[in-house]
Amino acid sequence: MKEAMNLPNQLILLPLLAVVVVNLPLGLRWAAMLGGVFFSIYQMWTMVFLPPLETGFFDLQIDGLSRVLLLSIGLVAFVSILAARGTIRDKRERFYFYNLVLLAMVGMNGLVMVRDLFSLYVFIEITSVASFILIALRRELDGLEGAFKYLIMSAVATAMMLSAVALLLLATGETSFAKVAEQMRLGGSGLPVLAAGLFVAGLLIKAGSVPFHGWLPDAYMAAPNAASILLGGIVTKTTGVYALIRLMQDGMFGTGMSPVLLLAGAVSIVAGALAALGQRDFKRMLAYSSISQVGYIVLSLGTGTALGVVGAVFHLFNHAVFKSLLFVNATAVEDRAGTRDMNQLGGLAARMPVTGFASVVALLSTAGVPPLAGFWSKLVIIVALYKSGHPVYAAVAVLASLLTLAYFLSMQRRVFFGKLREGLEGVKEAGWYVLVPTLALTLITMGVGVLIPWMFGSFVLPMEKF
Amino acid sequence: MTINLIIMLFMVAAALWAVLARTLLKGSIALAIASAALALLIFRMNGPLAAVFELSVCAGLITVIFISTISLVQPFTPQEVAARYAARFKRFWPLLVLLAVVTVICLKCWTFPACGQALPESADVMALTRDLLWKARQMDLFGQVVMLLAGVFGVVILFKEENPS
Repeated sequence: MKEAMNLPNQLILLPLLAVVVVNLPLGLRWAAMLGGVFFSIYQMWTMVFLPPLETGFFDLQIDGLSRVLLLSIGLVAFVSILAARGTIRDKRERFYFYNLVLLAMVGMNGLVMVRDLFSLYVFIEITSVASFILIALRRELDGLEGAFKYLIMSAVATAMMLSAVALLLLATGETSFAKVAEQMRLGGSGLPVLAAGLFVAGLLIKAGSVPFHGWLPDAYMAAPNAASILLGGIVTKTTGVYALIRLMQDGMFGTGMSPVLLLAGAVSIVAGALAALGQRDFKRMLAYSSISQVGYIVLSLGTGTALGVVGAVFHLFNHAVFKSLLFVNATAVEDRAGTRDMNQLGGLAARMPVTGFASVVALLSTAGVPPLAGFWSKLVIIVALYKSGHPVYAAVAVLASLLTLAYFLSMQRRVFFGKLREGLEGVKEAGWYVLVPTLALTLITMGVGVLIPWMFGSFVLPMEKF
Repeated sequence: MTINLIIMLFMVAAALWAVLARTLLKGSIALAIASAALALLIFRMNGPLAAVFELSVCAGLITVIFISTISLVQPFTPQEVAARYAARFKRFWPLLVLLAVVTVICLKCWTFPACGQALPESADVMALTRDLLWKARQMDLFGQVVMLLAGVFGVVILFKEENPS
């Protein structure tokens, strides 16, 4: 019994229990939000204060890497649930939203704790199905279109990943990470290489990396704002990027995938940033920015070194925080001004000072300006690239930061700075359900940056286990 | 052997139903039945691990994804369904040829001793399958139950009727 209640099991069973309880005919629908908020706070608390290494009876494990991801999942889910309370007006829609976030948490928590390829696939699919429905929640044409595109691309990724699992099973007779990695080290036929290629391609689709990014801007843009926070903040990071990091870290693919990841990462950084420069829609611009920032994570991973993995995971955490913050800001702006078209906005910092300030912090962190959190993770990535003998890629990473700064400054100027645009005089600061997450994420972005000398040894380095 | 042949015929019939079904939803259900029959066949041919995977992936997960997808597309009107239903057989003539070719291959294969050897040793296979499902792959079973729940939410949310008030 004690084993059944240990932490890894709690992290997948409690959100599921919450979903079941609030859907029973007991009149407990009102408790759905509370369940989500309490569970996400509990998850964050346990990840910060409890020892990380535990194994559940399903062979679920929490190590340094899982811990960072579980913390990020708890944080982004918490923010998304609060934002939903403030922005989704329809009660029934909001109830479904909380349920789907809890189910997505089961999927994401499971996938960062499993140590088996097939189980990994199952939990990726749980997260994806919950995400499809979240995108289409309002049943509007653009939402349905965005969900459909995500579904179709996701199905391609699924086919690739399943084929890879089948090939690995054929070649090694195993699906657990440790045993497959052991067999891969022994060498043998070319099947594992083909399987590795298919699996990486599937994960890059899920991560929205160039050239598999077609679904991502439409899905992020069409989803309800609170769902965009979840999708942009954590879903694609766990279903795509985390799985890539885990498999690389466990030695599943050897070093053969490094050149592919370096190239895919660099192309994503530049293409995402260039596309973001030309956008008018706030959320679409953030979607392209996500593609670019995921490129940094993939690039860092491509070094194949311990420092590269540290940089990738650290940037993943930072990106979850500052991208969620930017999506919360976009939510606040659309909720108050009634539009996301940046050319129809302007001067909002005067009417929404907290949102305007938070936006400056988030954009500077994304662009890698010291001393904010994003600067340190990009620094680790660039050092990892340079030390592993990839100075050209390091230069691309540095120069692309300038592009990032350019498109974000353009956004800040068009939305928040300058003279207040006509018709926006009545705009007020966002409500508390949006302001609380805004302030929390802003403090984390600044705090991680300022406290890095203390956090590097205790939080950043344990992410890696070479 | 006879039971295997019956299951195989059932599987082919379900697969044909999947292709010829009037609606996508019925097609998906037919495909799930075909997959379940295939899993049963693999199980009977001493491949419990492959059977468990086939059952999990094709009859379970993929069906949920199909039904979620279908819930996102606009259904045809009854007139469109009728028009397409009348014309659809013309598209499936090559299927008959394919079916004939596959049947010939299967019959040829059946003469190979290897196919005949793959008979179940029922007690061992049952125990192995039970262990696989409830011990080795219990995490996947749990995940699939959660996924079905997510699928149910999808159907409830996306198929729900608007309240006119």
